[in-house]
Amino acid sequence: MTHAFDILLCLMILAVSGAAIMGRDLFVSIALFVIYGLLLAIAWVRLDAIDVALAEAAIGAGLSGILLLRGLSEVRDSTAKRALRAPLTILLGTSVAAAVGWAVSDLVERELGLQQRVGEHLAASGVANPVTAVLLNFRGWDTLLESIVLLAALAGVWAVSPGRGALGRPHVHRHLAGEDVLSTFGRFLAPLGFVVGAYVVWTGSSAPGGAFQAGTVLAAVWLLTMMAKLSSPPAISDLRLRTALIIGPLLFLAVGSTGLLAGAFFSFPAPHAGVMIVAIELVLAVSIAATLAMLVLGTPRSAP
Amino acid sequence: MSSILVYSLTGAALIGIGIYGFVRSAHLLRRLIAFNIVGSGVFLLFGAFARRISGAEADPVPQAIIITGIVVAFAATALGAALAIALEHKRRGASVEEVEGEEGNA
Repeated sequence: MTHAFDILLCLMILAVSGAAIMGRDLFVSIALFVIYGLLLAIAWVRLDAIDVALAEAAIGAGLSGILLLRGLSEVRDSTAKRALRAPLTILLGTSVAAAVGWAVSDLVERELGLQQRVGEHLAASGVANPVTAVLLNFRGWDTLLESIVLLAALAGVWAVSPGRGALGRPHVHRHLAGEDVLSTFGRFLAPLGFVVGAYVVWTGSSAPGGAFQAGTVLAAVWLLTMMAKLSSPPAISDLRLRTALIIGPLLFLAVGSTGLLAGAFFSFPAPHAGVMIVAIELVLAVSIAATLAMLVLGTPRSAP
Repeated sequence: MSSILVYSLTGAALIGIGIYGFVRSAHLLRRLIAFNIVGSGVFLLFGAFARRISGAEADPVPQAIIITGIVVAFAATALGAALAIALEHKRRGASVEEVEGEEGNA
């Protein structure tokens, strides 16, 4: 019975993604892409990857959708096609999919994977959620580099500002004036969203959640207040903004470096590991929120 | 077990769909969508591997790596969108924007 649900879900995922690719209207394609992201989140739940489902829904569907919609408002749509003819491209896509599918169908049902190893060391890791243990402790180095990649992308986004916008503010398009549903919504949702975000990062140590998912919720709250004209985008030269951006990775690196005293770079000594991880996650969530929000806001164009 | 196979094959199909969209479209934002579909197809494939042994818990290491991948894919999409917008402004003749001044927030 449960297979029927999975098959149906996957058919829907394929149909929606196909429609997003083929769609003539870019706005429709973006909307379908967001729906695709949400369906994928359900698939992740079916695969027992709740943390991934949260991340996919928030970042993959939500933030990416906003980003693309912003892009749509500034870039003219066109259905122009590139040189390679349709039948040849279909052949290319199908053969890649078939090759991967064939390779995969042979792979299913093999050895156990790393569950046992993670389970054995989970108690010493300081947290009860195995994914958080992997992200922040066992593979903490990768997560640090991931946050730095986010900052690098932001530096790239800021680097393409035209001359006078170089230290300016990104702006938020607002087409409606005065009090309206968005302003009321912004006032109402922002504090709720903040509490949800704080909770998600806190609960990430024992249940699905974590710094990235929480950071996305907080970024969304901040973006909402900016869209509702309750706050304005900061100038990118703003010192408080820049502090918020780097303090997460910096703290993470600092704490990881103190691990050198305990024996290895990025080792968290067992008695303190839990506290260290939660502290890192809280500050990291703030940095991630700032970075993601600034990434969505995009390139500043006007002088501060 | 076959539900894992369903997700793996879906991941493979998504890679194919994304490649088609990426190679065919000339519009930069459409290509970003296609790139994201390829990426999420690869993640789905990988995530299905994490759930291989039925009855046991899912393997958390691939899941952590996928979360990292989702975030990095978003960073790449953000940079790509910024570049696409910058290119469009350049095509249109950015001087018009700079003279009129953007409607910034006070």
